[in-house]
Amino acid sequence: MIEKDAFGFFVVLAGMTAVVYVTRIAGYWLIGRLVIGPRVRRMLDALPGSIIAATVVPTLVQGGPRALVALSATALVMIFLRRDFFAVLAGAAVAAGAFALGL
Amino acid sequence: MTSPETTPADTNPDKADPDNARWTFAGFRRGALDVLPFVPGITGFAMAYGTVAARKGMTLFEALLMSATVFAGVVQMVVLDSWPGTLSFAAIVGILALAALVNARYLMIGATLRPLFGGEPARKVYPTLFFLVEPNWLMSLRYYSKGGRDPAHMLGGGVAMYLTWVTMAVPGFIAGAAVGNPKQFGIDLVMPAFFVAILVPLWRGPRRSYGLIVGGLAAFATDFLFGGFWYLIVGALAGCLAGVFNDD
Repeated sequence: MIEKDAFGFFVVLAGMTAVVYVTRIAGYWLIGRLVIGPRVRRMLDALPGSIIAATVVPTLVQGGPRALVALSATALVMIFLRRDFFAVLAGAAVAAGAFALGL
Repeated sequence: MTSPETTPADTNPDKADPDNARWTFAGFRRGALDVLPFVPGITGFAMAYGTVAARKGMTLFEALLMSATVFAGVVQMVVLDSWPGTLSFAAIVGILALAALVNARYLMIGATLRPLFGGEPARKVYPTLFFLVEPNWLMSLRYYSKGGRDPAHMLGGGVAMYLTWVTMAVPGFIAGAAVGNPKQFGIDLVMPAFFVAILVPLWRGPRRSYGLIVGGLAAFATDFLFGGFWYLIVGALAGCLAGVFNDD
């Protein structure tokens, strides 16, 4: 149960708001203070891909066969059609079908 | 395109070329429309949050206030889940450390926005970053890769996600456990599917995709060995370092 101490609750809330906002701005702020040479430039270029790959791979592995077939369908549609909306739709449809089949 | 009389380029350079217009309502609207595919997923998550908040004994006002100020689904869920019996000073520090750890991936996400927003005024960029979440990050990366240049795109997507996140906690709070199984319609996989869809065009052959490969492998290994939230941070950092070796 959340404690009925209203003051404590608002202290936690204010702290959480501040901490979460700092995580949102700190990376942007910090990179702006660096002199961006070719090495840092390459690292920054590689960053979106590595974040996205890092997010997806454990989901893919832990999600079992249902996640595997659904996300494979997304990848295939994307490779051949290059339309992300349909790729996501195909993934969700396959996931729903796999759920119905008990995967 | 137009005569100088109708478009005084010397007084307002942004208006001179419509393709370069910044912070426009059109860009905001486009960003809001681009995140629409995420609305069902966020709605399900917000309802689940509302349900958990109700079960934990929060008032509706407290639950919505947390959504409106923190605006970070995973952080809110994890903090509610681990709420201490008594709010000692140490417990508060623990909660805040947990919040920072869970959201640490945004340090890296924020860094990717520097090349996009670096030329924009700080007084506009920093308030916009309050609304930074994964859906509008993904959609804005895509929008910029297709040549879009209006930062209002990110703001529009963020505000749309914000309104969905805050308001959709209400039915969850009221209905309690009546939230259906999101797996039935594949809603739980919409976000990972978007990640995969964005990943496909980012793949530029093995010799130019070391970041992607190393990031994925490092995240998998970390997740396998340690669990928890570390996989994202380790994966993103490893991939970022490996990116130095990408061919140009």
